[in-house]
Amino acid sequence: MYAWMFRHLPGPLWARIGITVVLLAALIVVLFAWVFPAVAPYMPFNDGLVGAAGHAPPTATP
Amino acid sequence: MAARHTHRSRSRPGGAGFLGGAIGLLGELLLTVGALLLLFLVWQLWWTDVIADREQAGIIAGLDDEWGSVDQERIAPAQDGPPPVPDTLGDTMTWGTMHVPAFDRDRFPLAEGVSLEEVLNVKGAGHYPETALPGEVGNFSVAGHRNTYGRVFEDIAALQSGDPVVIETADAFYVYEVTESLIVNPEDVEVIAPAPGEPGVEPTEQMMTLTACHPMYSARERYIVHAEFAYWTDREDGIPEALASEESTSGEGTSDGEEAAGATGAAAAATALTTATAREEEN
Repeated sequence: MYAWMFRHLPGPLWARIGITVVLLAALIVVLFAWVFPAVAPYMPFNDGLVGAAGHAPPTATP
Repeated sequence: MAARHTHRSRSRPGGAGFLGGAIGLLGELLLTVGALLLLFLVWQLWWTDVIADREQAGIIAGLDDEWGSVDQERIAPAQDGPPPVPDTLGDTMTWGTMHVPAFDRDRFPLAEGVSLEEVLNVKGAGHYPETALPGEVGNFSVAGHRNTYGRVFEDIAALQSGDPVVIETADAFYVYEVTESLIVNPEDVEVIAPAPGEPGVEPTEQMMTLTACHPMYSARERYIVHAEFAYWTDREDGIPEALASEESTSGEGTSDGEEAAGATGAAAAATALTTATAREEEN
């Protein structure tokens, strides 16, 4: 898959390597800025609240 | 070499070649998933800290501008009167900072509310809105991250009985002293009841509670620290004594102090610590 994509990039080898690096960098930016923040609330290790099942603020009164 | 490579890829459209191609694709997808998980870890364990640290430093700089500077060399006398009730400004707004000398990161913002996205992930510690305010009778309760997002409560397990936890607002410092640490289940809301551990009981004491994840990198349980109000000081008078010792325990003041302690006893050590700190600040 990746080999196929690499073969179909335009330009000489150095340009294709350059394009690959830029694409990877863009992918990481997109992941860090949007994808991971959106996914993180569903991860089970970030909640330090008492009384909060899941991630809503504690609405239950003692 | 190039020729052989071409030959091999041309043979793929055949029966065995198709299977090989499918396995190759599966392998690449699995590698991609692995790389994504690794990247997620990098983001969660490192990048969220980078972002939150930057954010918190900005908030603290902003507050210091707004509140004016504190005279770091003057020890403010403990006030006798009832402590002023802080203005909490409204949901998700930062209205104070917390100083915990026992923590590596010994000052961080304190905001209203415990929303992860709007407070705890970006600003630092968050005040449970239903609970008392600093100095009030009841249970002033604060949540914070123990890992990731700036991890303001990372060292919460290092707190010992008697350690100071100080809240700074525009007008005052509120000094609490740790009384006990507990590990509870996430649903044990009685720890932030007005009388800690006794839901429904009318509070008589000025208590404080810190809540954080436990164990590290998990949210299976909660680490709870209770503290008791000790005294408050006027911000215009300088820093409370509890924070003066904070500075002398970090840095060069300590070694000077220890030598003096050996020679002339604990009281002299305290004086030496203060002088050493003052000297440090002058330089």
